[in-house]
Amino acid sequence: MKRILTLYVLILLSSQGILAQTKVSGKILDQKKQPLPGVNVFIKDTYDGASTDANGNFSFTAADTGDVIIVCSFIGFEQIEKKVKLTSSDFTFNTSMKESLNELKVVTISAGTIEASDERKTTVLKPLDIVTTAGAQGDIVGALKTLPGAQQIGESEGLFVRGGDGSETKTIIDGMMVNKPFFSSAPDIASRGRFSPFLFKGTIFSTGGYSAQYGQGMSSVLALETQDLPGQTSSTLAISSVGIGGGYNKLWKEKNASAGFDLNYANLLPYFKLVKQTPEYTRAPQFSGGSVNFRKKTSPSGMLKFYGYFNLSDLGIKTASIDSTNGFKNLFELNNSDVYTNLTYKERLGEKWMMNIGASYSTNVDNIKTWTDSIRSQSDMTQGRLVFTRGIGKLSIIRFGGEYQYTFDEVKVDGAKYGYNYHVKNSIYDNYSAQFIEADIYLTPKLVWRAGARGEHTTIEKEYVISPRTSVAYKLGDKSQISFAYGQFYQKPDREYLFYTKIPGYNKATHYIANIQRVDDLHTLRAEVYYKKYDNLTNLIDSTNSGFGYAQGLDIFWRDKKTIDGVDYWISYTYIETKRKYQTYPKEVTPPFAATHTASLVFKKFFEKLNLSSGFTYTYASGRPYYNPNNPDFMSDRTIDYHSLGINGAYLRQVKNCFAVLAFSVTNVIGNDQIFGYRYSYDLQRSAAVTPPAKRFFFVGLFLSFGQNRSKEVIENNN
Amino acid sequence: MKKLLSALVLLSVTLFATAQDKKKYIATMEKNVAALDTTRDGKQLQNLANTFERIASAEKAEWLPSYYAAYCYVNMTYSTKGDEIDTYCDRADKFIKVADSISPNNSEIYTLRAQIASARISVNPMTRGQKYGMESGEWREKAKELDKTNPRPYYLEGTAYYFTPAMFGGGKDKAKPVFQKALEMYETFKPASTIAPNWGKNSCNYFIKECDKK
Repeated sequence: MKRILTLYVLILLSSQGILAQTKVSGKILDQKKQPLPGVNVFIKDTYDGASTDANGNFSFTAADTGDVIIVCSFIGFEQIEKKVKLTSSDFTFNTSMKESLNELKVVTISAGTIEASDERKTTVLKPLDIVTTAGAQGDIVGALKTLPGAQQIGESEGLFVRGGDGSETKTIIDGMMVNKPFFSSAPDIASRGRFSPFLFKGTIFSTGGYSAQYGQGMSSVLALETQDLPGQTSSTLAISSVGIGGGYNKLWKEKNASAGFDLNYANLLPYFKLVKQTPEYTRAPQFSGGSVNFRKKTSPSGMLKFYGYFNLSDLGIKTASIDSTNGFKNLFELNNSDVYTNLTYKERLGEKWMMNIGASYSTNVDNIKTWTDSIRSQSDMTQGRLVFTRGIGKLSIIRFGGEYQYTFDEVKVDGAKYGYNYHVKNSIYDNYSAQFIEADIYLTPKLVWRAGARGEHTTIEKEYVISPRTSVAYKLGDKSQISFAYGQFYQKPDREYLFYTKIPGYNKATHYIANIQRVDDLHTLRAEVYYKKYDNLTNLIDSTNSGFGYAQGLDIFWRDKKTIDGVDYWISYTYIETKRKYQTYPKEVTPPFAATHTASLVFKKFFEKLNLSSGFTYTYASGRPYYNPNNPDFMSDRTIDYHSLGINGAYLRQVKNCFAVLAFSVTNVIGNDQIFGYRYSYDLQRSAAVTPPAKRFFFVGLFLSFGQNRSKEVIENNN
Repeated sequence: MKKLLSALVLLSVTLFATAQDKKKYIATMEKNVAALDTTRDGKQLQNLANTFERIASAEKAEWLPSYYAAYCYVNMTYSTKGDEIDTYCDRADKFIKVADSISPNNSEIYTLRAQIASARISVNPMTRGQKYGMESGEWREKAKELDKTNPRPYYLEGTAYYFTPAMFGGGKDKAKPVFQKALEMYETFKPASTIAPNWGKNSCNYFIKECDKK
């Protein structure tokens, strides 16, 4: 009985933890051996523990003895759990904790890449920046032209990057190439991109050294990633000085699928009546089109997306013929129809694997009429793509896959000139296939090495080429990093040449890039130097690929969201030295699409009290070369410098569930003369400057978006 | 007899121990929950969060320790800036998920989720306002649904209006009636126990005064 009682007392006592006690103390450090204050050090599954003080020291009394687990837990650090044996004597526990990895502590490859994304933090731009950049007029390419590396080209569409022409930049949507990313245009008048910036949640603008996932762009790729499911069901309505548009996007109640459409119509006739244009428009530009989309979350990690786009456009233009002295005008009438479709599916396969599948079909037909000719030009592309990605360890990945593109190009010309009729028809088919493999190997979280290669084959060239690509990035500190990139990039010759002659071999560029950048919440500083070598460029003089060239330069970007209250501005500067011998060039010269110096200042200010967001963009480019046939020194003339000041403003207002934006913009406010080059008459007696069709472009628009968020309604009704 | 006695002893020991543990749990919680009311300093909040984490480690069937740990971390975001806010929110999320797994469909837990989502907006209101504003709104509505007497989701709704610029549908004028409604509810709200969530009333009063300032 006594024994039981003793036991009873003993158990009671022990249950209150008076029996055995151990003093546990020690010091917790970080990886740099600096003391860590605030760390929670405790015995697992008990109350016993303490937080470290300012010197990283802790001390507490543990009730248990024997085998226990000591836990060290602290925000931003990897938790430590360690088995120890406590006896009744004092116990010392010292350790150092490792910072846990998050996006900000892990290096990413930045050489040649400028990214706009909401999801990633270390990007230099946000998708919203593209819409709010003055002078860009809501055009993706317009906004990207304010970034270093891109040229200010006004006479034709496209991104001219680091000494490359517009055809050297390829546009990719969700991994699939877009054959005709821009509206068809009249000669010497640049057109806009077809796709609205609101479609995309992420934009990667590569100015070189890009991933082996992509190909056929010797200078650059513009990789766009479409939005996922919308946050709510909504409808939109837009009325502007150039047209009207509207759309509806429905989010299913279960929030796992959405479907939508939009329609728009634009006609520049009323605008051209108000604002005089230099060329005479026989038919003002008209655009009618729309898009449909469907997105479905097929599982927690699976996503199916479909996007379909169609557009019809029409314009007619008469321009004074330079060869005529009696006021004769050339005619150019263009009727275009374009369809683009994109279907993608991605899903996780088990723990480590990810699969991306895509298919796309597009067709584009231009019907062009001049006084003498009627031209029909068709360009179709069908493609498929499959990519597998596998995670290795915490950070590293390996990615491989392939793509296939079938293209059909045809040009038919029916004409009558100098008294006889002619009919020409040229078609080319091409089967392009590519395979790639690429690994991002994290040697440490601060050091990543990307190694990859891409193999490409076209039936038109019947040659298989392999282009190696590699880059390294190293994080110098929390905010700064350096990176280097090298890569070879092949591109098949332009279809215009392929119609008429068989030009052997791909064009080729080799990039060497070094980059240093520092990004924090409020500032970005980026500097990049590069050397780019061109080989096997198309030489039309002897129909070979014996052309060559190089480009080298410096790109600087500075963005500051802090110094001036409510102001966000960026400055970019581009210096380039480039020469090439290609097409019909008799010698190696700087091509007309490269200005030695280009600089942009983009300024955005938000006036909170006025509900007004406003900004301006000032762009400068030094004069560009142009061909003057009267000057024996080929391509040695320079245009005047280019200046452009664009302003924009948006007044924002929310009334109940309607969100309204009243936006305006004006390009070239000051009215600087902008000359993109010169055209010479056949007899070389006369020349005419290539200029924009009007000095300025004015835009006013009202955008309404009606959200149908049920919780909002609830709030309104409750009040 | 002896067997029976020892069984009784054991049973009483267990019961006593459980009762003792429960007492210890309540006492520890009371002390630390009370400390929360007066603590806004980051370092002290960190120490409190650590204490709640330890209690959570010992009391695996209780949702409140994890809930309060999350509460500490979300409050710490108000003294941090930029990307660090996300780190604290992630930490708060981790604890609130543990609380939710112990006590699913709990109005207070959904309220705190709403607060975490709101805190994430401040990293970059321009780009995050819409996404996290909506997420926060959803959690808030769910919290209202689960307990119609809980004033805290209304209080949070008031702050959401208060910090949203008028042009995006917010503003003091819209916030004030919501705060007033929350305050009425605070007057009648009875917390389930001495350690159950009962915060927000003072702040609600503060915001009502701020709303009146022009």
